[in-house]
Amino acid sequence: MGMEGIGARVARKEDKRFITGKGRYTDDMVVPGMKHAHFIRSPHAHAKIKSIDTSAAEKMPGVIGILNGAQLAEDAIGNIICGWMIHSKDGTPMNMGAWRPLAQDTVRYVGDAVAIVVADSKTQARDAAEAVVVDYETLPVVTSAIEALKDGAPQLHPEAKNNLIFDWEIGDSAATDAAIASAAHVTEMKVINNRLVPNPMEPRAALGVYDEGEDHYTLWTTSQNPHVARLVLSAFYNVAPENKLRVIAPDVGGGFGSKIYIYPEEIVCLWASKRTGVPVKWNSDRTEAFLTDAHGRDHVSTVKMAFDADNRITGFKVDTIANLGAYMSLFSSSVPTYLYATLLSGQYNIPNIHANVRTVYTNTVPVDAYRGAGRPEATYLVERTMETAARELGVSPAELRKTNFVREFPHQTPVIMCYDAGDFEASLNAAMDASDYAGFAARKEEAKSRGKLRGIGMSCYIEACGIAPSAAVGSLGAGVGLWESAEVRVNAVGTVEVLTGSHSHGQGHETTFAQLVADRFGVGIDTVSIVHGDTDKVQMGMGTYGSRSGAVGMSAVVKALDKVEIKAKKLAAHLLEADESDIVIENGELKVAGTDKSVPWFQMALAAYTAHNMPEGMEPGLKEGAFYDPSNFTFPAGCYICEVEVDPETGKTEIIQFVAADDFGKIINPMIVEGQVHGGVAQGIGQALLEGTHYDAETGQLLTASYMDYTMPRADDLPSFQISTTETACPSNPLGIKGCGEAGAIGSPPALINAITDAIGNNDLTMPATPQRVWAALGSAK
Amino acid sequence: MANVSMTVNGRSVSGQCEDRTLLVQFIRENLGLTGTHVGCDTSQCGACVVHVDGKAVKSCTMLAAQADGSEVVTIEGLASGGELHPVQAAFREHHGLQCGFCTPGMIMSAVDMIQRHGGRLDEKTVRQELEGNICRCTGYHNIVKAVLDAASKMGDGTKVAAE
Repeated sequence: MGMEGIGARVARKEDKRFITGKGRYTDDMVVPGMKHAHFIRSPHAHAKIKSIDTSAAEKMPGVIGILNGAQLAEDAIGNIICGWMIHSKDGTPMNMGAWRPLAQDTVRYVGDAVAIVVADSKTQARDAAEAVVVDYETLPVVTSAIEALKDGAPQLHPEAKNNLIFDWEIGDSAATDAAIASAAHVTEMKVINNRLVPNPMEPRAALGVYDEGEDHYTLWTTSQNPHVARLVLSAFYNVAPENKLRVIAPDVGGGFGSKIYIYPEEIVCLWASKRTGVPVKWNSDRTEAFLTDAHGRDHVSTVKMAFDADNRITGFKVDTIANLGAYMSLFSSSVPTYLYATLLSGQYNIPNIHANVRTVYTNTVPVDAYRGAGRPEATYLVERTMETAARELGVSPAELRKTNFVREFPHQTPVIMCYDAGDFEASLNAAMDASDYAGFAARKEEAKSRGKLRGIGMSCYIEACGIAPSAAVGSLGAGVGLWESAEVRVNAVGTVEVLTGSHSHGQGHETTFAQLVADRFGVGIDTVSIVHGDTDKVQMGMGTYGSRSGAVGMSAVVKALDKVEIKAKKLAAHLLEADESDIVIENGELKVAGTDKSVPWFQMALAAYTAHNMPEGMEPGLKEGAFYDPSNFTFPAGCYICEVEVDPETGKTEIIQFVAADDFGKIINPMIVEGQVHGGVAQGIGQALLEGTHYDAETGQLLTASYMDYTMPRADDLPSFQISTTETACPSNPLGIKGCGEAGAIGSPPALINAITDAIGNNDLTMPATPQRVWAALGSAK
Repeated sequence: MANVSMTVNGRSVSGQCEDRTLLVQFIRENLGLTGTHVGCDTSQCGACVVHVDGKAVKSCTMLAAQADGSEVVTIEGLASGGELHPVQAAFREHHGLQCGFCTPGMIMSAVDMIQRHGGRLDEKTVRQELEGNICRCTGYHNIVKAVLDAASKMGDGTKVAAE
């Protein structure tokens, strides 16, 4: 692998700028003449806008302009789209209501943008916003999806009767019902997957710059996918044609899904720059982020899992209601459908599965993909049901899982997915060994002697990421392809630039992508630069989400490297007067195998650009591009085991140990993969133990809209993690890698809740398992 | 308007700002030192931690005018002569950062913590001391490792300095 090649634990190239304060995030950007925007947002969860009076505000110091939805409509700026069409089971298309970037007649959640003030300074914009008078007529509010479906509930959009967006199903309902009817045992549960607020530490920001001379727009934005932003801004929102719009996502401080979407603020800042004639910058504050960044999860499900007399699963039936908030965000429809119900087979042979999903409008922040996106919800159902079933059946949780593991690959599930490779027992055994599962009973006894309740829980997850191929996702309703692009430029001095459509917002691409080049050509990673995040520099790409940068983005780089290698070898063979099949690349040289003849890498590169001595017909230069469309998803899988101690007096849970054994296939940089697991697990623990999103049901106010109210995991809430990996190569990409970005957040919540429910002897416990809830569950335990 | 003068990273600076200007705004907007970040509006996240007269301070909890006459060190002033501070080096070595947004505040808090505790830090203390700094990427695992490693490397020297 070499010191810096594939598999090497290389420290990150990008770190220097971050640890010295030289990172460049969107809010750090300053352009000449730049002014500041403040958004006026609805304080009501549901109301008619009767009038907007800006007369006093317009006279305030520093005010340049105050714009609202009527002016947006004058310029024919489009409605915000949902990019994945889902049809209900009766064949009708989803019932999508209009989402205006600035609300015109009706506001539907607290935080809905109504107008924008542009002023010389942020404080002037904020002061003037206080002087804008918006007259609202409040309407009845509904925040719960279950309540919203009931007759007589407040109606959000005329297009969606009873607030139902779609009523969708997957799998064979009759066969699953029959399996349940004839089962030896059925485990039934009602499971809530709590709403989460993503909270990347960098709040969203946008800087829109209109250049009148060129009739050209530039947008700096906190985006995970600047090319998708450019496409949508031009094709659907009518802000600017693609060739007149440059989107730059510079350093981005975390995303976790919430920075995939093209939000009202980005559209409006860009449009307002033309309308006011000045560059317009907006930076979200944290409460604004709570009120406007797309939330995650928010499912209520009932499940029935059927077993035969040998404890083999014969059927799994799921009914889910998913709260999508006030509007349909960009990929909101795909999350509770194809990213969710297709994973309901878990790691198990389940012959019959049926899931019904209803999605619902409510007066809450729109819900979309958040780290894991559908797969945590599926895993939580499967793994809590498995652990509960094991308790009901009186078998060990490990045995029940082993009885039902998929062991032969490829394995076609009844819900679309075809698992390509895996060894689920290997990760289960690795996690059980690492956690000393066998010694748990003794530890439980010891804890009891101290008055503490000790519990252990496991979770065997599988997830599907690097979503592909494009034709398949297109047939399921996706409005985009899910390939990735790369260009590899070898410069005349032999240094290398890789242009990638993937976007790094913490994942370390500047290091791992360079490791691919180092591995292939034996050059140092310091001679390799990774270029990303700028639509003027990089060819079209699809960006980073769904753990796709490794499996899809890196595979595109590999494909481009293949082409460069072929040309480099051809040229070297010509220079060395050898056959190209005899050329090998080692340690920065192109050698004739078995001889002492060689040409240094940089000399070959120079020869490509001087073009004085090329093989006949070869074009000068050394630069190749590739578009890569995978043949399948990748299927990371693993086993997580959590051990907790509960204080019965207070209900407080302490995590004693958290063990993860993941199969990510081939690993490029173990240090970075471990970091992804740490972060994912921490977010999963946050969901299970700490993070509760609460709305006031009467008023629709978000009660947890700051770090004073919403419990983010802090260092002293978490243990150090014990993590390891097993390896089965992914057959569907050239590197054999599987995505690792979301696994931690997918696999960890059920492990933790299974541990707490084991400790307290009550399976009925809802996330987040706050001390109050645990204490109450203890009180009602039999 | 307030006239404010202070020493930032060893350089005397002065400027005019509104009375309500926070120290973090003065640092970022007046001085253009954008390494100090703003991650919340309730003084919870710690992305804005700087040192004021030798102590770690959330620069969003202090008015610029209150720092008049003070000695301020920001993340940009931590390395000396092109040499990374041991805490900066440890964050890199142990992969204690991902997106980098909380990192300046984390490092400034960690330096202060090590100065106060010297080489006597253990994992539990580090985790408790980091309570005022939120990271969403790393799960803190590698941040804790980095702080402990830097503390052990700096231990003796800081004890002397603290005494």
